[in-house]
This record gives sequence, structure tokens and C-alpha cells, in this order.
Amino acid sequence: MRKYIIKRLLLAVIIFFFVMLIIYTVLRCLPSSYVETIAREKSQQPGSKSYQEWLDQLNAMYGLDKGIIPGYIGWLGEFFTGHFGDSWKYTVPVIDKFNEVVWLSFEMGVITMILELIIAIPLGIIAATKQYSKTDYTISILALAFISLPTFFFIALLKLVFCIKIQIPDPATGSMMGLFPLTGLFSRTYNQMTPVQQFFDRAWHLVLPITTLVIISIGGLMRYTRTNMLEVLNADYIRTARAKGLSEKKVIYHHAFRNTLIPLVTIVGGSLPGLFSGALFTETMFSLPGIGYISYNAMISGDIPFSMFYLAFLAILTLLGNLIADILYAVVDPRVRLA
Amino acid sequence: MSKEKAQNLRIDNTFDPVTYDPQYILMVNNLKKYFPIKGGMISRTVGYVKAVDGVTFNLKRGTTMGLVGESGCGKTTCGRTILRLSGDKTGGQVLFNGKEVYDLSDREMRSMRTKMQIIFQDPFSSLSPRLPVGEIIGEAVREHNVVSRAEFDDYIDGVMDNCGLQPFHKDRYPHEFSGGQRQRICIARALAVNPEFVVCDEPVSALDVSIQAQIINLLEDLQEKYKLTYLFISHDLSVVEHISDTVGVMYLGNLVEYGTTKDIFGEPLHPYTKALFSAIPVPDPDAKMKRIVLEGSIPSPANPPSGCKFHTRCANCMKICSEVTPEWKEIRPGHFCACHLYDDVKPAETAAE
Repeated sequence: MRKYIIKRLLLAVIIFFFVMLIIYTVLRCLPSSYVETIAREKSQQPGSKSYQEWLDQLNAMYGLDKGIIPGYIGWLGEFFTGHFGDSWKYTVPVIDKFNEVVWLSFEMGVITMILELIIAIPLGIIAATKQYSKTDYTISILALAFISLPTFFFIALLKLVFCIKIQIPDPATGSMMGLFPLTGLFSRTYNQMTPVQQFFDRAWHLVLPITTLVIISIGGLMRYTRTNMLEVLNADYIRTARAKGLSEKKVIYHHAFRNTLIPLVTIVGGSLPGLFSGALFTETMFSLPGIGYISYNAMISGDIPFSMFYLAFLAILTLLGNLIADILYAVVDPRVRLA
Repeated sequence: MSKEKAQNLRIDNTFDPVTYDPQYILMVNNLKKYFPIKGGMISRTVGYVKAVDGVTFNLKRGTTMGLVGESGCGKTTCGRTILRLSGDKTGGQVLFNGKEVYDLSDREMRSMRTKMQIIFQDPFSSLSPRLPVGEIIGEAVREHNVVSRAEFDDYIDGVMDNCGLQPFHKDRYPHEFSGGQRQRICIARALAVNPEFVVCDEPVSALDVSIQAQIINLLEDLQEKYKLTYLFISHDLSVVEHISDTVGVMYLGNLVEYGTTKDIFGEPLHPYTKALFSAIPVPDPDAKMKRIVLEGSIPSPANPPSGCKFHTRCANCMKICSEVTPEWKEIRPGHFCACHLYDDVKPAETAAE
């Protein structure tokens, strides 16, 4: 087992090297160059140097005068010695900005994932055990609808219903307000609240974003659970379990579900990096300063240090996630244990 | 819907109910199991696969009945339907110790399962890959409180020992065993709950010949020890001849012939049985083999031929065969057959069996 893990880790390092090389190349070739934008601005100021002169100077300053390969090697060296550099767009150390915004996304991601597992897996099991019944069709159609729902459209609908149509009196002032806030993470009076009130205020602001994330994500997991459960329920050993005279509950939860866990673990393990990647649409539409929104802005303005750090972080998480999924595999499936 | 279609969908479920005779552990009367074929936009039932289409036989306590026939003739479905393992029956009766199996409530059925067990065809896929062998064998024992908790471990060791398994095998998983050992696990699992009746669904067809003999001997030893009754489903005729007291021959969902092993193998009556048995290899190079080779393949059970289902491939086919379904009758004492060749033979008066 240890040998296996070491082998996988070494492989992960090689994969990481090439993944980041591709990302670095793409980022360097993006048309939206940060340096070019600055150079253009500076050259238009009265009495300034020409655009080309600014560009050369800035390129040298930001280390973009080197070719892609030397630039990448340089970045790699800095990255592995823990120098992540400063963000060009946000003009603070990359790690500080990242640390500032990632935890909100992580918090939302964890809550979403827990709710997703709690809702989608039982629904999938129910749909599978009652295959072709009305319950199954209802669940399957809902799942399909949730998968197909465009996020921005769904958010607009949610806002229309819960922030505008449904009104409740404000407990503080008595004036009418939406059941849930339209945007933001805090109320205006957040700083005057007690810690308990602050907690609830924050939670109140997160209800709609998390609802959105859960709804758009449960469809896939539910269908996945249903498919795998169906496959297992048709297996011969389920007939054996029935022949043993076990109760239907035992057959489904003790025998069938255990075997469904194997593919589920892969999926859940694979979605671990998603906890940190943020949710671009949801964060943007609710004006939440999460990593999805911030990294998107960094990328469109050509902020190479921030983008590289963020993507490197995701790459490492993905590689680790796969490794963890494989190790968990061995835990749930005795057949892999010795391999 | 056309008239013909409507006729296809109608299920004929008329039969004379049998009364319980205590010498028989199992009485199967006109048992039918149809699987619906769904078609069209709204998955309407457009027909049925008649997997088991009116099977009748009685099985004496402590004996072994062989059930033979081509692949796809409904042997396995018949075995499973008797044990109520493939949903609801379509028609007929299954009396186990005088009780209609399909009338039992879920709870009664679950406890009845300790009395009637099955050894499945594929010893690997029928064992859950995630449970250790001790759990596979012991689960039902614990569930039904077959033995007290204090005796449990010793009991499981005993069952495993009987089936040629070692106590240290308990913590291993099915994938760590060879094919023959897996079949032993399946047998141990079925016998652990102390059944009276076991359906052996091709228990040796997945094994090589040397292991087959071991397993057959094991089954025979266990039968003697625990006074078991077997329904032995197989397409291996020599194995069936060796192990069975009575034999039923199935063709396309129907029993075509049933009798003692001696009668069936010695004097087969039905043309299908004759063709089937002419295929048994004889280990003598000088023996003159009169092989009866059946033309064509087995017809579709969704749309079986009219009259006698075998008439499309029968060497003795007469005009009546394609029109009238032959009657199931006792040609000689204890020897049943459904064939128009014996229409003139008076049914044996002495149902002495």
C-alpha cells in the first residue's frame, strides 16, 4: 500500500509539472495581457514615453521578456520555494488575497456538499428501488430539470420569488422587506449586531446562494446513485440476499447500498477540489466575494501570478482528490485492498 | 388493438386445484410465469415471454428430481418461481408442505425461506463481493435465529466443515477463492439455515469436471445426512442420471415428460426426450450412435408454436400436432408424457406413485 501511494505521488508530481506548463503557456498567450493594458494607459498620458517603450520596460519589470519555457521554469522555482508573488490586479500578495476570499467559497461548498449528499443519495436509492413507478419518474424528471437549469436564470427566478414577491416585515424597523436579501453577505447594520445576530445575519444571506448550488448539483449525483443502485439491485447476489429471507430493508441498505458506495466514493472524492474552486455564477450574481468571482476577475485582466497560484492549487487538489478516492476505494472495496 | 393481439395478452389461468398429499414436500400444479414485453410509446404490455407455461409435478420428500432441457427452456425460471424469487407467479399453484407459497405474507415468506433454499448457477456473481465468507454464510442464520448466539460460531464452523471449508476462510472475501470453493460457499450458505428443500440451479455447470464430481458427491452426502430434497436443474444429462430419482424434461416452458430416472433414461417416450438423450456421448468407439439431430433452434417463448410446441422440430410430427395441444397424462404408472403419439394409450389407472 505504501509503495502504491508513493508511486501515485511521484506520478502526481509529473502530471502537475505538465498541467502547469500548459496553463502557463495558455495564460501567456491570452489576448488580454495585463502589461499591454497598463502600457496603453501610461503611453496615453501627456508627455509620456511611447507605447513600445512602456511595453518593453513593463515586460522587463514583470519578467515577461523571457520566453515561455524559461518563464515557466522561473515560476516553478518560485512556487516550490513558497514565493507566490504579488497579484498584479489586486496589488497585494497572492496568498493574502487568496486567503481572504477562499474561505467563504469553501464554507458554501462544504454546506452544499453535505446537503447534496443528504438529499441526492436517498432520492437516488428511492428512485432505483421503485424503478418505473410514479415516484421514480417524478424524481428523474426533477433531476433532469435541475441539471438543465441555467444557473443565472434560476437565480433570477429565486430572487423574483423570495426577494421581491414574498415580503415580510423587518423585525427592526417594521417596514416590509424581501424574505431573503437580494445580494451581499452582510446587512448594513452588521457591525452593530451581537455575535449571535451576526451569525444569523450571515446565514440569512447565504440561504439563497446555497439553495442555488444545491439544486443545480443534486441532479447529477441523484442520477448517478440511481444508475449504480439499479445495476447493483439486478446483481445475482441481491437475489441471494432475498433467498436468505432477509427483510427488504436489509437487502437494500446492507447489501445493495454497500456495493453502490464504491462508485459514489469516486465521484465524491473527485468533487473535493470543487469545494475550493468557488462558484462563479452564483458568487457573481449574489455579489459574494468568493474565490470563483475573484479568480475570474484576475484571469480576465491577465493577472498571471494570481491565476497561476489559483490554478496550481486546484491542480494539486484534483490530483490529491483522485489519490484519496483511490485510497477510499480500497477501504470500501475489499477486492482492491491488496493490489 | 386487433383481436389477435388481445388474445396474445389474455392469460389463461384455469386449472384443477390439487389437494395436499403429505408424502410430497412440493406440489407444483400448472405453474405459469410470464414476463411482459413492453413496447410502444407508453411502455404498454404487447405480449409475454412464456418462460414457464403450465408445469405440473409432485416431489417426494428426501428424493432428488432432475430438471433437464435445452438452454432457454425455462428450467431456471421454473426453479426460481417455485421459490418465489422472481416476482409474482402468473398462474397455477406451488404447495410447499401443503402451504401455497404465494399466499404467504412477507414475514411468513421470510421465515419460510429457511426451509427452502437455492444454490445459484454462478457461484461468483451470486456472492456479495463486499461481505466476508463468514458473514455470507452466517447472516441468514443470525437473522432467523437458527441457533442461539452462544453456539453461533461453532455452528458456522460446523457447516463450513461439512462443505469442505476451513474455519480460517471465514474472514476472506469471495474473490479470494477458487471456483470450486466458491460453489462450496454457496452450498454452505444455502444449508446453513437448515432447509428441507434445495433448488440446485446448475450447481456444477460453471466448474471443471474434477470439481463437478466433488460437488456432486458433497451434495449427495449432505442429502443423506440431512434428509434433503433436491430439485436439480441441469443440462448435463449424465449428472442428472447419476443424482436424480425422478427426472422432468422441459421444452419451451412446458414439462414434456416426467418419470423415474430409470424409466426416462431407459424408455423415453417423448420424441424430444429421445432426441435429447441420443446426444449423450457413449464412451465406446464401436457403439453405433443413432443421433437424432434436431433441426433449427428453439422457437421464441414469446410466440410459441400452436398445438404441441415441439411440432416444428419433431421427427414424428403429425397433422394433429400443430392444431391441438397434447394432454399431460400418465402413460405408465408414474411416467407422464404430453405427446399425441400416445393418444390411444389409456391413461394408467393406478396412480400408484
